[in-house]
Amino acid sequence: MNLLNTVLLTVSISLMYSAPLIFTALGGVITQRAGVDNIGLEGMMAFGACGASILCHFTGSPWIGLVVGALFGATLAILHAFISVTAKGNQLISGIAINFIGLGVGVFLTRFLFNGAAQSNSTINEPLPKLLGLLGIDKSKSRLLESSEIDLTVIFAFAFAVLIWFVLYKTRIGLRVRACGEHPGAADTLGVNVTRIRYVATILSGVMAGLGGAVTSLTISYRFTPTVISGQGFIALAAVIFGNWKPIGATLACLLFGFAQALTVVLAGIPWLPTQILAMLPYALTLLILVIFVERSTPPKALGQPYFKGQA
Amino acid sequence: MKKRMFSLVLVLVLILALGVGCAPKEGEEQKGKRVALITDLGGINDESFNQSAWNGMKQLEADGYEISFVESEKEADYAVNFTNKTEEGNDLVWGIGFLMEESIINASKEHKDQKFAIVDAGFPEGEYPNLIGAMFNSEESSFLVGYIAGHVTETDHVGFVLGMEGDVMFSLQYGYLASVAYADKELGKDIRVDAVTIDTFGDTAKGKATATKMFSDGADIVYHAAGQAGSGCITAAKEMGKWAIGVDLDQNELAPDNVLTSALKNVDQAVYLLSKRVLEGEDVGGKTFFFGLKEGGVGIAPSSDKHVPKDILDKTAEIEKQIIDGEITVPITEAEFETFKGNLG
Repeated sequence: MNLLNTVLLTVSISLMYSAPLIFTALGGVITQRAGVDNIGLEGMMAFGACGASILCHFTGSPWIGLVVGALFGATLAILHAFISVTAKGNQLISGIAINFIGLGVGVFLTRFLFNGAAQSNSTINEPLPKLLGLLGIDKSKSRLLESSEIDLTVIFAFAFAVLIWFVLYKTRIGLRVRACGEHPGAADTLGVNVTRIRYVATILSGVMAGLGGAVTSLTISYRFTPTVISGQGFIALAAVIFGNWKPIGATLACLLFGFAQALTVVLAGIPWLPTQILAMLPYALTLLILVIFVERSTPPKALGQPYFKGQA
Repeated sequence: MKKRMFSLVLVLVLILALGVGCAPKEGEEQKGKRVALITDLGGINDESFNQSAWNGMKQLEADGYEISFVESEKEADYAVNFTNKTEEGNDLVWGIGFLMEESIINASKEHKDQKFAIVDAGFPEGEYPNLIGAMFNSEESSFLVGYIAGHVTETDHVGFVLGMEGDVMFSLQYGYLASVAYADKELGKDIRVDAVTIDTFGDTAKGKATATKMFSDGADIVYHAAGQAGSGCITAAKEMGKWAIGVDLDQNELAPDNVLTSALKNVDQAVYLLSKRVLEGEDVGGKTFFFGLKEGGVGIAPSSDKHVPKDILDKTAEIEKQIIDGEITVPITEAEFETFKGNLG
């Protein structure tokens, strides 16, 4: 009973940590499969987290917050798409700039709206629904049910993973997206509009990263602070590579990161285990699994290269 | 050429974005005496001690002094912020939180003519002639909330979430553990306490997950001393319909139905009273001041009467009196705690 409780709890904490990562990593998969590198996911997450918290606070609706978070992410992505696709600039530099812009403008907006403070007001009274709560299950009776409560956004994350897998691998549009990432010249010859596809893919990655940020600030921290997104964007980026640029693979990688975080929480309080070792665990575990299980990862061939019309 | 233009624009945007984050609020004009405050990583409305300190500053403003603040976004900002606030010509510069201890000592050595004061750090008298320490006997307020927790718990299981290890932080932990043991003895219960250090003041997710774990293990009350990360404990209590105990400020408004009480640290009082003495010309440099229950520096939140039954509050007041009178000495280290527990029999 107690063991079962711990297992359920570990699962629900893993999912809490994973959900924002999954959204963001899926965004990373889409844009990279189309050939546009995006290391600005972190900044897009932060900007999305900021927009979501602000709008949720002022409108009282977390759903509006979620949508606006996605839009905020998309706004930054348009900038990235313009630099990467139209201007054919260096995508890494653009991504780095976006990481600074996302956090910087986010903090600026928060200071502007919340009396000079670097964090927004709490939105704890406007939560997004949770799964068991939504199904009308009374969980106050059972500790097991209590431990297995998860956010609805976790379900969204998985739904998106399946949807994006389906679109990328089972539809014509998905084939075109992948072609743009492997050999844009060939795709172009066959009448695929490389520019348009890359634009859409990049903007979608912003939408997904914005959602990831929004989920963080709406379901976990219940407010935007300058540290609410600290590294998740980069972890999601790692998950893209870890998952071999596949939606399901990236999702599994995010679950692994989440699980490692959950372990540090569940194992805490064991007297002989120093907290510092525990804090190191997620990263050590990640490296270990990377070494043991991931044999090779093959990035899309044209990843990070701007496409000049007519190039071979 | 086109590419170069874009690089240029990007670099400009980058520089601007950097500036956005750290632009300090400037005082509008130079008049009267000025006090400045530098937060640690928590931020000015952290619903914890930075905010409390700022409330004390606002009292100074009401008295006609000029006040300003700047937030530190990373540890590297501390030194820069101290230098900036010194150059602005403030009469006193506050650093909030023991995380800034090292930086403020360095700043006080570097700027000998500037008066500095820090919350949550103490120094041997006279060691730094232009630095004032303000310490709180937070173990005393922790003792009171632990006593309440021991009496209110229905599952005979309570939790404690500590942000980071450190002498000041441990004093809260042992104050709490001691009073739970005290209540335990009084009631003849067998109360289990889970105490966990989460190694962060900023990671709300970790605070939330840790408290969720404690609640799911059967605890019904969790006391946190973990700043912003600890607000995650309150979130967890709200989501699971359990009790949280706030720290530093009255945190009841965060979750009115789920915050049982809060261990107050009246940083505002310390900031106000000490600033006043400095601004009125008294030379208190090089000294460390302690604020405990006796001085009104710590206590339990006024909102406690919402959820804590009256008889328990009365008993708590009794305990408070005993601490002030020195009949109960609250332990602050593990060794003292063991002795305390031993004496309970």
